[in-house]
Amino acid sequence: MNVEKKLELLRQMYTIRAFEEQAEQLYALGKIHGTMHLSIGMEGSAVGAIAALRPDDLILSTHRGHGHCIAKGADLNRMAAEFMGKATGYCRGRGGSMHIADPASGNLGANGVVGGGIPIAVGVGLGIKMQKQDQVILCFFGDGAANLGPFHEGLNMAAIWKLPVVYVCENNQYAMSCSTRRAFAIQRISDRAASYGMPGVTVDGNDVMAVYEAVSAAVKRARAGEGPSLVENFTYRWRGHSKSDANVYRTREEIESWKKKCPIKRFRALLIKEGALTEERAEQIEKQAYDAIEDAVAFAEASPDPALESIMEGVYA
Amino acid sequence: MREITYSEALREALRQEMRRDEHVFIIGEDVGIYGGAFGVTRGLLKEFGEERVIDTPISELGIAGAITGAALTGMRPVGEIMFMDFMTLASEQLVNQAAKIRFMFGGKATLPFVMRTPAGSGTGAAAQHSQSLENWFVHIPGLKVVMPSTPYDAKGLLIASIRDDNPVIFIEHKLLYKVKGPVPEEPYTIPLSTSEVKRSGQDLTIVATSVMVKRSLEAAAQLALEGIEVEVVDPRTLKPLDAEPIIRSVMKTGRVLIVHEACKTGGYGGELAALIAESEAFDYLESPLVRLAGRDMPIPYNRLLEYHAVPQVENIVAKARELVQGRI
Repeated sequence: MNVEKKLELLRQMYTIRAFEEQAEQLYALGKIHGTMHLSIGMEGSAVGAIAALRPDDLILSTHRGHGHCIAKGADLNRMAAEFMGKATGYCRGRGGSMHIADPASGNLGANGVVGGGIPIAVGVGLGIKMQKQDQVILCFFGDGAANLGPFHEGLNMAAIWKLPVVYVCENNQYAMSCSTRRAFAIQRISDRAASYGMPGVTVDGNDVMAVYEAVSAAVKRARAGEGPSLVENFTYRWRGHSKSDANVYRTREEIESWKKKCPIKRFRALLIKEGALTEERAEQIEKQAYDAIEDAVAFAEASPDPALESIMEGVYA
Repeated sequence: MREITYSEALREALRQEMRRDEHVFIIGEDVGIYGGAFGVTRGLLKEFGEERVIDTPISELGIAGAITGAALTGMRPVGEIMFMDFMTLASEQLVNQAAKIRFMFGGKATLPFVMRTPAGSGTGAAAQHSQSLENWFVHIPGLKVVMPSTPYDAKGLLIASIRDDNPVIFIEHKLLYKVKGPVPEEPYTIPLSTSEVKRSGQDLTIVATSVMVKRSLEAAAQLALEGIEVEVVDPRTLKPLDAEPIIRSVMKTGRVLIVHEACKTGGYGGELAALIAESEAFDYLESPLVRLAGRDMPIPYNRLLEYHAVPQVENIVAKARELVQGRI
């Protein structure tokens, strides 16, 4: 990967962090309606995985999907506007945080149902294959989704038909309050890939380059018509499951220990060590990311609510 | 006109649409070499090959996801769920995903797919293979629900459903598959959301769905011998409903009997009754709105019990007579 692209990944990671910190503030100020799910601490997974895609490749995201959306190249203004439920948002305020989608740029949507995207990825892969395209569909889901029926049906179908799907499990170790230690009798979720006849690999999800390498191999395989793969990004969410989470199921020490493994700080240090980046340039990238989010939020706040007359639009084609 | 069965009419619709549009394909359990559990897709594998007539593992949710995702990429899939009872297994994708994606995305996606499935009792298949769950899907905005009652309607409505840009739940009836009727050879569409008067009369309106249209027409023929002229209206598309022909008919006859196979409580009949009661037809009613529907029970196995679990021709005749004679 060239230096320019590496710096772009760092910029994306900062942008995600800035977006979510800002989102948290907006929530605290009472400016956000509903709930949201923050991926702070997991930026390496979203950015590393999507860096392995071509611009015309497709993604299916999750309820914890702000990072995926930004890494797929979302317009920050329209994304922030959707987050705030505004008419200028990607979904004209109909979707909100859990349903941001932009089919035009290959983002087939976040999903409010855990595991909901896994069977859809089968159909997207099938559609790509039947139309003889060479795109790849990258489907994100969490550790919790790996214990749902759709995981079994979806991975099996993608495998038997050798569909161009890359399944990326973002194992942040907690399905709401239920830890993977309590929810799995195996150590690695990627071990399940073997039972579907596809490669499975677990990587350090806080190492953006390791994620990139693993997903790149899976993308290459998918594009070559060799079928799906399962990549497990082992990571950790710093914040609670959603805004109502008091974090009573884990210790402060555990959370603090993972903050020390921050994927952004780690990548930044690596780039500086490699000579790709100076401290000054790093500060600049970070500041630019926070500025861009501030601008996006200003755009969103200044945007109108959807017109009441349009309430029923989009129910039917 | 040539007469073919309901099943053949469906197959012809599938074949003609697949010839017309390469984006149309079939996916489901045993739809290929087996030809579908009820034989609807028989022979299509031979003409269109495994790429367009896709056998799946027993994964109903996976089938629903596959048609949802494929439709998102511009394909026009026709899924098949072997028994409507198993639509419960596919529901997450149909209800939470397919029905809402267009809306949630601010109108930026279209999901042109059809999910075909046979409903209904009368085959001795007992409680887990005989349900009529149409109202589960009627209740979900974003889905269209179609229930053809004749071979002619089956073909025209299936072609229209395939060409529609929304997810369509297309509910067939096992007892109708072998029923013959006139069907044009060329492709044609019956626009969705068009109710049809299947028989004209001035004494009573029967609004019936699916196999109950057939039974109601048989009942109407018997009642005509007694001098009772029944008008039978078939909504054909349950959602979105074309209510106008129903309301107009009730205004003409002043009496209405609603007949469906699904359990009475929470069934489509309640919706129809409410709709009539809320409409201008209310002032024309000369007797109470009456529903004749499946008993609120699982479908029993025993032939006698199964027969009496849902409305039959004689029940419709008796209820219609009571209504017209002012005994209700």
